[in-house]
Amino acid sequence: MKGALSVRGLHKSYGGTPVLRGVDLDVAPGEVVCFLGPSGGGKSTLLRCVAHLEQPDAGLVAVDDEVVGYEPRAGRLVESSPKRLAMTRRRMGMVFQQFNLFAHLTALENVMLGPVTVLRRDREAVRERSMELLGRVGLAAHAGKRPAQLSGGQQQRVAIARALAMDPSVLLFDEPTSALDPELVGEVLGVMRDLAGQGMTMLVVTHEVGFAVEVGDTVVFLDGGVIEEQGPAKQVLRSPASERTAAFLAHVL
Amino acid sequence: MAIAPRRRLGSRWGLGALLLALTAWLCWTVVTSPNLEWEVIGSYLFAEPVLSGVGVTLLLTVATLVLGLLIGMLLALMRQSGNPVLSAAYAAYIWFFRGTPLLVQLVFWFNLALLFPRIGIGIPGTSLGWYGEANNLITPFVAALFGLALHEGAYMAEIIRGGFLAVPRGQVDAALMIGMTPGQAARRIVVPQAVRVILPALGNQFILILKGTSMVSVIGGGDLLTRAQQIYGQNYQVIALLVVASLWYLALVSLASIGQHYLERSLR
Repeated sequence: MKGALSVRGLHKSYGGTPVLRGVDLDVAPGEVVCFLGPSGGGKSTLLRCVAHLEQPDAGLVAVDDEVVGYEPRAGRLVESSPKRLAMTRRRMGMVFQQFNLFAHLTALENVMLGPVTVLRRDREAVRERSMELLGRVGLAAHAGKRPAQLSGGQQQRVAIARALAMDPSVLLFDEPTSALDPELVGEVLGVMRDLAGQGMTMLVVTHEVGFAVEVGDTVVFLDGGVIEEQGPAKQVLRSPASERTAAFLAHVL
Repeated sequence: MAIAPRRRLGSRWGLGALLLALTAWLCWTVVTSPNLEWEVIGSYLFAEPVLSGVGVTLLLTVATLVLGLLIGMLLALMRQSGNPVLSAAYAAYIWFFRGTPLLVQLVFWFNLALLFPRIGIGIPGTSLGWYGEANNLITPFVAALFGLALHEGAYMAEIIRGGFLAVPRGQVDAALMIGMTPGQAARRIVVPQAVRVILPALGNQFILILKGTSMVSVIGGGDLLTRAQQIYGQNYQVIALLVVASLWYLALVSLASIGQHYLERSLR
């Protein structure tokens, strides 16, 4: 189903240190899942494995019922070609902690690049749509600026517009507000709130507990590479069942 | 309370005037020296052998830059390949060609015939192939080009590698996440950004090579300095011809600096 995502038995270690130790997860279309937990708990690694920016040691991820990074051949799953993997990745958009806007391109060119070069859509139509997307994140007036001329909050909103330009089924947010000055966090969370309201499936790694309560449908608490607790956002955050979750929340709230 | 500036030793104007006076005196002494024969300099500045030397110098410079870039790219790829053998070969190349003086390398290439009297390519164990006498193949120009390009390749490799390292890993992640293949990400995102770091360094390298070509005069490479030396070997106008050569080097380097300035401005 479009907008659905599932994770099965995900494992990942770095140099013998396990970071993910068997993660299973199902995300319904339009659901907003917020990942909370201590640093090193595996939140960002989980997101990067979902996007296949890191190849998991074991386990599978499927978006829109399509397996990421592997394809069935003669009854087995075989590693996809780079081209095939790139095709599957178009179903996902990602927003990074450090924004990662293409430094040599303007805001508008950043948004246009994917649809023009990857999807080979008509440049003029893409330009119009990209301006509309920049307008949606409140940056139409800054279309001609380079990333270095924009504030962190503005860069992150351009990055969201860039991800939206590919019409993804799922959006992944890897600590989207952690590198921002406190007064700029609100503008980015505002755009994310709007997206959630429009029915976008979102996986959000964050430390913003307030955002998780208000916008999140589900909260997943990751610690030590496993899901310690998961459930409806308000329930997990207000009356956690696990002691570890309770202890963590007591620290951050 | 009023703030008073700290008193400086001497005045700026005084120091400036002193330096100007010294420079003027030095120039005057040199220019009016009876031993510096301006008519001789003028008569050789555009003489045929000098011009042909300028041509060889330019040819060597451009050819070294191009060959050095190609060698540098190949080496940088070897280093980035992740293959330990290729990586070690890269390190060995840099170690050797950056670790021995260019002058020594040039003399070595020129005398390659002493080590390998016959060189060529062929299939070992058969008589198939093509061979020639090293003495005929390695002309001073060929030795000069080999020496300069192999030496330059080591520096280019480090410059190119530095350019690629300057592009953060996150740029590739972002490119992959808008659906690019690794190849597209390299061409459209990494290379354009790396080039912005590499190009200014190349301008600098061009100037270094241009002046470095004068070293091939020790093997009679036919460049500007070789020609100047050949002429003063006959007429003993050593200083005049060195001035001629210096004027040409200054003119070429100035041109290159101007080009570099505009190139860097167009990249901003």
